[in-house]
Amino acid sequence: MSVNSGFSDIDVQQVRQDFPILKEKIYDKPLVYLDNAATSQKPQVVIEAISRYYLRENSNVHRGVHLLSQQATEEYENARIKMQRFINASDSKEIIFVRGATEAINLVASSYGGKCVGEGDEIVISAMEHHSNIVPWQILCEEKGAKLRIIPMNDRGELLLEEYEKLLNSKTRLVAVVHVSNSLGTINPVEKIIELAHQNNTPVLLDGAQAAPHIKLDVQELDCDFYAISSHKVYGPTGIGVLYGKAELLESMPPYQAGGDMISSVTFEETLYNALPFKFEAGTPNIAGVIGLGAAIEYVNCIGLDRIAARESKLLAYASEKISVIPGLKPIGTAREKAGVLAFVMDGIHAHDIGTILDQEGIAIRTGHHCSQPVMDYFDVPATARASFSFYNTREEADILVRGLQKVQEVFS
Amino acid sequence: MSYLNELYQQIILDHNKTPKNFREMEDANRKAEGYNPLCGDKVTIYLKIEAGTIKDISFQGSGCAISTASASLMTEILKGKTESETKDLFDAFHGLVTGETVESDPIEKLGKLAALQGVSEFPVRVKCATLVWHTLQAALQEKQQPVSTE
Repeated sequence: MSVNSGFSDIDVQQVRQDFPILKEKIYDKPLVYLDNAATSQKPQVVIEAISRYYLRENSNVHRGVHLLSQQATEEYENARIKMQRFINASDSKEIIFVRGATEAINLVASSYGGKCVGEGDEIVISAMEHHSNIVPWQILCEEKGAKLRIIPMNDRGELLLEEYEKLLNSKTRLVAVVHVSNSLGTINPVEKIIELAHQNNTPVLLDGAQAAPHIKLDVQELDCDFYAISSHKVYGPTGIGVLYGKAELLESMPPYQAGGDMISSVTFEETLYNALPFKFEAGTPNIAGVIGLGAAIEYVNCIGLDRIAARESKLLAYASEKISVIPGLKPIGTAREKAGVLAFVMDGIHAHDIGTILDQEGIAIRTGHHCSQPVMDYFDVPATARASFSFYNTREEADILVRGLQKVQEVFS
Repeated sequence: MSYLNELYQQIILDHNKTPKNFREMEDANRKAEGYNPLCGDKVTIYLKIEAGTIKDISFQGSGCAISTASASLMTEILKGKTESETKDLFDAFHGLVTGETVESDPIEKLGKLAALQGVSEFPVRVKCATLVWHTLQAALQEKQQPVSTE
């Protein structure tokens, strides 16, 4: 494979060959996987990288003098450099491996929040956050006697920047906002959000779980202070993710968890912490996960995020138009800037029933509150159905979804 | 009949569209709330119990077709039943929708509730059918905490 930076169309039949699971049958029907916002499928190269590690390289990292340990360490640290380049961080020590975007946010809440947030201080989040970017801040605020402030949104699912600006003040210690909403698909104007926060001397954390698979990231250009990524949404394995943090911020923060690898020396009187990034990576890490993530990044680079974004945007436009003809279907989340998420409700039909009927057609979508109950409350729906697209999805699959939804209507007619 | 047709039988769809006993009960002497965090289903059960017998029963809430129909059918069948008869019915119903017990004639034992037998082929939907029953149990036991399926 070679790096493709051009804008030529992705050969979808070709890339589908890279994902073994896409050949699976569900109830004797071809799998139509439209639940990519929940987790993406894994290309063969990722599966092989994990398997190769366990078959031929399994050993612990940063410890042994023996060859296997050296090889494992090299591959592990190479993945860190791949991730550094993937998001254009200035130094690989700014890449902290964690369990996922959730742990990345918890790390910042616990370490940065523990040190820098006090009584009467404020944390700003938005109305469209995933629970993982709400609850850690709620816990922190409760502990510290701080206050959570919420950026409101409009009926399209777009944040109200003028309201956001009013929330920033001398007590604001952090702005933590989702880059791309998992429940609405909204791509937030994070450049503006960061600019306004920095004018207020407030650092910004971006929850990039949904953004990383769709948007070419440049954390230096964005100038965000923290960025959270989940591997399994970027075609890598589950159980691994990344916290990017500006080195000077990470240096100033206390450790998050304590144990092996995060120390440089220990006596019963005193412990000296290891340098970045190891200060935040206590214990034997998810080595196979990191190696798998490294392979996933290489794969995404080969396809090219520009081409991925262009294809997903075309698919979303096609599917949005197709389902708009279904009577009684109401889209939830109609922001002008959107990634490949198509969430909707249907008159008189609960999302869960939609999900069950589509499943019988081999179509996998997500139904429920998408870990974003405040978003459901805002739109006054108990749940939504959500189809989410990846570059390996096809127009034919969007057509199958539409036929599936027509079947849902027949059942409930 | 396909599993899907078995699940969404006409009687289920009818009870979903126009549920029976779907109202608040002002003079209820037992009440409980149930919640399925997985799909957002919410239900409130109202009971009027006199001398160990269910004199009146109603429900309110929002949910999928299976949970709404299950609640509607449950309220229909339980009117006039004693608490111990209710427990027997719940046990039989639970066995039916989980597929754990196979009745030779479920209609004889469970009446219209047998229409929910199709749920047994859809393990992730069992909680939709049983939420209202768990909530009923909480109302009978006068539990204050809302019932959750998780």
